[in-house]
Amino acid sequence: MNSILKIKNVNKNFGKISVLNDINIDIESGDFLVLVGPSGCGKSTLLNCIAGLEIIDSGDVFIDNKDMSDVAPKDRDIAMVFQSYALYPTMTVEKNITFGMKVRGVPDDVQKEKLKEVAKQLQIENLLKRKPGQLSGGQRQRVAMGRALVRNPRLFLFDEPLSNLDAKLRVEMRTEIKRLHYDLGASMVYVTHDQIEAMTLATKIVVMKDGFIQQIGTPAEIYNYPENIFVADFMGSPPMNLINATTIKEKNHYKINIKMEDGSIVSIKEKNKSKLPEDLLLGIRPENITETSLKNKQNCHIIRSKVDIIEPAGSDTFVVTKIGNTEVTARFNSETQVSVGSEIDFVVDLGKISYFDKLSGQRI
Amino acid sequence: MINNINNTNYTNLLLRFLLYFILIVFVLYYLLPLFVMITTSLKSLEEIRTGSLVSLPRNITFEAWGTAWSSACTGIQCEGLRPFFWNSIFIAIPAVFISTLIGALNGYVVAQWRFRGANIIFALMLFGCFIPFQVILLPMARILGLMDLAGSITGLIFVHVIYGIGFTTLFFRNYYVNIPNELVKAAKIDGATFLRIFWSIFLPLSLPIIVVTVIWQFTQIWNDFLFGVSFSQAGTQPITVALNNIVNSTTGVKEYNVDMAAAIIAAMPTLIVYVFAGKYFIRGLTAGSVKG
Repeated sequence: MNSILKIKNVNKNFGKISVLNDINIDIESGDFLVLVGPSGCGKSTLLNCIAGLEIIDSGDVFIDNKDMSDVAPKDRDIAMVFQSYALYPTMTVEKNITFGMKVRGVPDDVQKEKLKEVAKQLQIENLLKRKPGQLSGGQRQRVAMGRALVRNPRLFLFDEPLSNLDAKLRVEMRTEIKRLHYDLGASMVYVTHDQIEAMTLATKIVVMKDGFIQQIGTPAEIYNYPENIFVADFMGSPPMNLINATTIKEKNHYKINIKMEDGSIVSIKEKNKSKLPEDLLLGIRPENITETSLKNKQNCHIIRSKVDIIEPAGSDTFVVTKIGNTEVTARFNSETQVSVGSEIDFVVDLGKISYFDKLSGQRI
Repeated sequence: MINNINNTNYTNLLLRFLLYFILIVFVLYYLLPLFVMITTSLKSLEEIRTGSLVSLPRNITFEAWGTAWSSACTGIQCEGLRPFFWNSIFIAIPAVFISTLIGALNGYVVAQWRFRGANIIFALMLFGCFIPFQVILLPMARILGLMDLAGSITGLIFVHVIYGIGFTTLFFRNYYVNIPNELVKAAKIDGATFLRIFWSIFLPLSLPIIVVTVIWQFTQIWNDFLFGVSFSQAGTQPITVALNNIVNSTTGVKEYNVDMAAAIIAAMPTLIVYVFAGKYFIRGLTAGSVKG
């Protein structure tokens, strides 16, 4: 597989504010890269830099192994779908889709053929004569995609394309984008602040914060092995539980102590780590804290605690309790019989625990 | 209970009556000068001397209109308003067209192509709107002289274009700033150039603001007197200057009917423009945003 997009040591400042810090990303042809992070993290700026709509201050952007750092957007062989769709308001759908070809002097019959093909693919054949103002949000979204598809570019760029749609339509379009990626085998870069979108679409995720890359990896890597507490907290819903704990070194293992609210101490043995700091955070996903009735696993630890809140979510029921001085969410089966205020046993899967240094926030 | 309702009904009716009464009084107050102008322009001099100011004409005559148009004296020359009317047309139309076009381009650049210092340049242009006419008279006269345009129609066009750019830029900038910048980005990726984006995407969106700008500029330029009187010479004076000359240079009996007719003729084009495009004017002024 060859590299379709390579970003090397890219920096970007707006005045004195640094928005991108030493960004390095490499993706292969056919990859679906998702840039995710809270607003203001620089993900949209990075996408604009890839598109050439923003000029980078230093570093290089390679598309298909060609240095594109000083190339105009139109010559980068990319197509972009925008959050506001950016359809040309005075043109019909047909003209919107063919505008790029018209500007580039593509012959009329080729334009017509491609338009027909794309309209069929996106099922917008009956909308071609309408103006964007006469379309619903979902239809506009399709037209915006059509405008990108018709170009048949080497790289698709999506800038939060679904955030203006209502929840139901968003899920539908998400599936559709995924199908499109699968059918076309195209390379895509996708910006979102929605971690579920990132998880479902990506073959590779870049988590960003304050202009720095926090972690690059497959969705599974990001979810199961977050590099630091920011990623652990940002990815996953509900987020990973981070529990305060202290360590004591014993002969050939560490003893990890969690001080409960009533003063009692919960102790866990850790044999696999050779070096742990004194203060650390235990990262446990909600699904790795379960009910006693599922006590068929080995390497578990039982913590007895009071149920504070129960949040039924249909497929699961989230149970909130306090372990140490932190609120912890556990994912229970939806048919659970627990009641608020009762003391129950929570089963923690020790094999799935992540350790973070409390001071640096980094994974250990 | 029923009495109560009747009472409020009567009070409402009374208030409504009062409201319309006041409105009608104001309407009459505003229409009176126009009424006097029109009736006076249709009277003969004899009738003006003997009759009352507000009475209707006994014999309607268009003689004064004819005189005002083609034979009233503006100083030594007695050709009426006609040549000056055309002067004003030849000044106003190109000046409106050019200043609107430049304003549209400027507004497009300032609102959508945020280059370094765009805001400062826009602020300076805004400042240009507030420079009093009097301040630029002497420097402008000097520049027109250097450009060899002194006293010419081209020179007046130039002055009006320069003075209008501030306003036209302001209008277009405020209109374009509401259009999402993503349109420019999308068009850039589609391969369109700076001018192509303006021509194919922004200009077709601009009808309401073009109408506003054209009305504004046409009214300003047509009604301008100071520039007209300062930068023109015998053959190039605009209609406002000629009107002043007609009214002021009469010897002997003052021909009020001719003065009134001349004033109405001079005001007619701006009225016509407003009547035909006024609907768009209001719409354009209130158009907040353009929804895709």
